[in-house]
Amino acid sequence: MNKTLFLGALTVASIAAAASSAATLDDVKARGKLNCGVTTGLPGFAAPDANGVWEGFDVAFCRAVAAAIFGDPTAVEFVPTTGETRFTALQSGEIDMLARNTTWTFSRDTDLKFDFTGVNYYDGQGFMVPKSLGVSSAKDLDGATVCIQTGTTTELNLADFFRSNNISYQPVPIQTNAEAQQQYLAGACDVYTTDASGLAATRATFEAPADHIILPEIISKEPLGPLVRHGDNAWGDIVMWTQNALVSAEELGITSANVEEMASAPTNNPEINRILGTEGDLGAMMGLSKDWGKNAILAGGNYGEIFEKNIGENTPIGLARGLNALWTEGGLQYSPPFR
Amino acid sequence: MSDIHAQTAYVRTAMLPQAAPPVRETGAVKWVRENLFSSWLNIILTLASIWFVWTVVSHLFPWFYNSIWRAKSLTECRAIRDATLGPDASAACFAVITDRWKQLLFGFYPSSEYWRPTLSLVLLVVGILPMLFTTLPRKLLWGTLALPFVLFFLLWGGSIWTTVMVAAGFVLGFAAIKILTPIGGAILAAIGAVLIPILFWIYAAGPLAESLHSILPIGLEFVQSKDFGGFMVSTVIGVAGIALSLPLGIVLALGRKSDLFIVNKLSTAFIEIIRGVPLIVWLFTASLLLNYFLPPGTNFDLLLRVIIMVTLFSAAYIAEVVRGGLAALPKGQYEGADSLGLSYWQSMQLIVLPQALKISIPGIVNSFIGLFKDTTLVVFIGILDPIGLTNSIRASTDWNGIYWELYVFIGLMFFIFCFSMGRYSLYLEKKLQREHR
Repeated sequence: MNKTLFLGALTVASIAAAASSAATLDDVKARGKLNCGVTTGLPGFAAPDANGVWEGFDVAFCRAVAAAIFGDPTAVEFVPTTGETRFTALQSGEIDMLARNTTWTFSRDTDLKFDFTGVNYYDGQGFMVPKSLGVSSAKDLDGATVCIQTGTTTELNLADFFRSNNISYQPVPIQTNAEAQQQYLAGACDVYTTDASGLAATRATFEAPADHIILPEIISKEPLGPLVRHGDNAWGDIVMWTQNALVSAEELGITSANVEEMASAPTNNPEINRILGTEGDLGAMMGLSKDWGKNAILAGGNYGEIFEKNIGENTPIGLARGLNALWTEGGLQYSPPFR
Repeated sequence: MSDIHAQTAYVRTAMLPQAAPPVRETGAVKWVRENLFSSWLNIILTLASIWFVWTVVSHLFPWFYNSIWRAKSLTECRAIRDATLGPDASAACFAVITDRWKQLLFGFYPSSEYWRPTLSLVLLVVGILPMLFTTLPRKLLWGTLALPFVLFFLLWGGSIWTTVMVAAGFVLGFAAIKILTPIGGAILAAIGAVLIPILFWIYAAGPLAESLHSILPIGLEFVQSKDFGGFMVSTVIGVAGIALSLPLGIVLALGRKSDLFIVNKLSTAFIEIIRGVPLIVWLFTASLLLNYFLPPGTNFDLLLRVIIMVTLFSAAYIAEVVRGGLAALPKGQYEGADSLGLSYWQSMQLIVLPQALKISIPGIVNSFIGLFKDTTLVVFIGILDPIGLTNSIRASTDWNGIYWELYVFIGLMFFIFCFSMGRYSLYLEKKLQREHR
């Protein structure tokens, strides 16, 4: 019985070592690292490379926040979370923020007590079909067999879409994306449906991606974004405005290439100056240094650069900007003013 | 009589030389006829089996034979295959293993420190040899006793004094038994053996380790548990679980057979509750539920939590296996031990357990193999074990779309571990059987 008691002792010891968490920012600064929850691996959004360095669209946001706080985009501990563990990890304080392509919904915001700090990717459910099927619109899919992940919102969305369009379908239930890929390629179903970004990433892995098309219809709203715990608004502000700074930077033409030059001396545009800290001191209002905005943009570039580098049209994922273009270019990415 | 014989033309006069048996009654042909084609049913079954084996091999062999070992991504692999073999050829792309084998073995452990887990594995193998093979000198067992602390220090690093203090706690507990037993009897000694180390760890160990470290700073770079991954994490969980669950399981089995009411009922309840719930539920409890019970901000190492849960789970199974061994012993053995005037612990240690454990060996090793493979379940709580890493590797755009090569590699690694455990158990059984005769 000695062993059990020893383990008990370890528990006691580790509780004794715990400190109460007052303000997240203070904790993060004391720790010297930001704990950021990401997926265990999703193409384009978060994945470790051969050296164990995390890369991806969501990862870039973690790095920007770390850079805004510490001036160092590598001051992040990435905590891989699964669909089941992600919310508990955030609630228990194991991570400071979660950037794990999580859909912003009412109950997650209210019931689970989280704050979404914005939308970094507007996603939606789409359809992929082989070109040889000769279909150009989801409304032509009458009687098709559809590979669908069971127990997800995509399943419900699919039923709604087909019912409202008065067409029928034959569901082929599958468990995981990997299984879906195999089933679809083996011809077990005519159509594969999931989030459009997932479809693009899946198609990119095919031997002949050009033989498959993603249909233009998007049948649901899946706004994905980073989130933090309820109750520490100062911390939420930091994450939110770092994200806004990246979007504003794209709008104002600040890139990772010219940010140093723009920040060296005040420019003619007062908003650029305020973001980069050459005019006023917005950083101090959040408890950050004056050059927080510059550091955040330097970490991985502005919103557009992050998008293009990780999931944009020149990557194997090959996603078009679409809804994620700036509001000035017909998209939905819009940042409140820095003032 | 003999005359008639000699005159009869059709009777042989000379002995024939010995002839070779007919072809169909010797060697391979006879074997094939008797074992493969002895009846219509067998002929059909044989042909079906040959067809099946041929189908599998003819599909798999080119895949393995054409495998590509040097490429930077799946696309490059496919390009190489198209260039050398043509687009329809089947070829494995084991380049993913070449590219990522370090990650599959060590996870995110800092690459400059890879020698530490490697050395740990070597030490582990060397260290348990005296336990596995009784022909080695018994004094080596002291090294085995120090092994857990050495491994802990090597894997996690940090100041050496932290490890020394943890070990010192155990030494204190042992000393307490030795000193207190003559003075206050067994109960006082047991209480002392438990309380003194705990008090030591909570109050004295931390400051003492710090001050010793400031005098003599020896240590390795500290590596967090979350940087552990791949086979390293499977092995750490598996080995720790195996090492801790065996003694705990034996204690539980004895508790369940005990006449003491509370001990008996507690052991039974523990075993039944732990065994009655799937391991995955316990893992979720460890990773999710405990967070709610512990004070906010507590950072109770996830790997440690998992090891505890796996140990408890496996201990419940081991306890039942050992109880089977205890029940299989004839009652005469227990009574014989009693009639010799041995105390409970003496009779268990000298008479009952050696025999009961021998009977239980196949069952115990079976549980261990199961435990080792069950470690892959940690993928569901976000620990990147080999299976979890396949997902992460696939998530990089270089290797998205690769499946079988990774699973073949992982399967092979697990097979090596589990098969050697099985072989050792067979060896042990044979040896003990022989000694018994």
